[in-house]
Amino acid sequence: MHVTVKLFATFRNGRFKIAERELAEGTDVRTVVLSLGLTEQEIGIIMINGRHGELEQKLAENDTLSLFPLVGGG
Amino acid sequence: MEDALDFLKEGTRDGLLPWSAQCAAAGRFGLSHAQLEGLALDNGLFPARYQRNRNMISLDEQRRLFQSRVAVIGCGGLGGYVIEELARLGVGHIVAIDPDIFEEHNLNRQILSTPATLGKAKVDAALHRVTEINPAVTVTPIRDAFCLANGFEFLAGVQVAVDALDSISYRLELAEVCTTAGIPMVHGAIGGWYGHVATQLPGDTTVQSIYRHWVAGKGIEQQLGNPSFTPAVVASLEVAEVCKVLLGKGELLRNRKLSIDLLEMEVQEISYQDLPIELVSAA
Repeated sequence: MHVTVKLFATFRNGRFKIAERELAEGTDVRTVVLSLGLTEQEIGIIMINGRHGELEQKLAENDTLSLFPLVGGG
Repeated sequence: MEDALDFLKEGTRDGLLPWSAQCAAAGRFGLSHAQLEGLALDNGLFPARYQRNRNMISLDEQRRLFQSRVAVIGCGGLGGYVIEELARLGVGHIVAIDPDIFEEHNLNRQILSTPATLGKAKVDAALHRVTEINPAVTVTPIRDAFCLANGFEFLAGVQVAVDALDSISYRLELAEVCTTAGIPMVHGAIGGWYGHVATQLPGDTTVQSIYRHWVAGKGIEQQLGNPSFTPAVVASLEVAEVCKVLLGKGELLRNRKLSIDLLEMEVQEISYQDLPIELVSAA
């Protein structure tokens, strides 16, 4: 299946801003996160097609997955 | 008070009460600057120091700001700028909460830090700074770490709580206190070139939603640190939100979060409208 992945802030470093991916049917968000060399602890926000998503959520054909890192300083 | 009011009225020029007249009144009648500013605003006299506010903030609104009590939780990068801007805006009472002292690594960004304040309590520097820039503003310094156990006491009587914390776990405790006590909370967080802002009103759980994937530890700020400009940007957005909450005007960042990327100069708006309301235990 075809999925668009968008990365934000530091997640872009050494990776990309936007990429098109061919993924196996039923691939979940966690699998994509780990395949990018990211850890679950680094994830701040997960958006799928503009709505909030979960790590265990399965992606579907033509989904857009956006990942933002955790920001907590002051 | 009647004599003092007459004196202030006599000193008013073109509808503005000059600082020199306020100072003269303070000396003559033994009143504090806070008492005199209250007296002036209650009687339709606009203190000249706020004259550039006047076309966007009416006398009645300036009076409401003066009668407001705002808590700033954290007096570091964000908190220093927030306190500076609240005091210049004319918010009458600021509760400044922070357990820490200034250290050398604060000097690149924390506006309340100077070589002279190294080793001194951040809340004491906040009190000193506000007294210097706007003596009519009352600061209550609390040198303690905010948590669920003391939060209700610290925020008693407060109209808005400003999140200027540097820890996600304490931030969730603040959000929980604000949700439970029915206090509007303006949330800000920064890390490197990046930051975000959101406002939650009583009953909302936006901050809990923002950090619902959080398990432990810090965010990207741990690797990146923070430069001078990111706290200034995010703190200013927070103060704009505080001003609007206090005056009940404009559109708040409610149920939405503004994510700011100062490296690419991109702003993203993320909606929290579709998330179910749930209380996340902060403990």
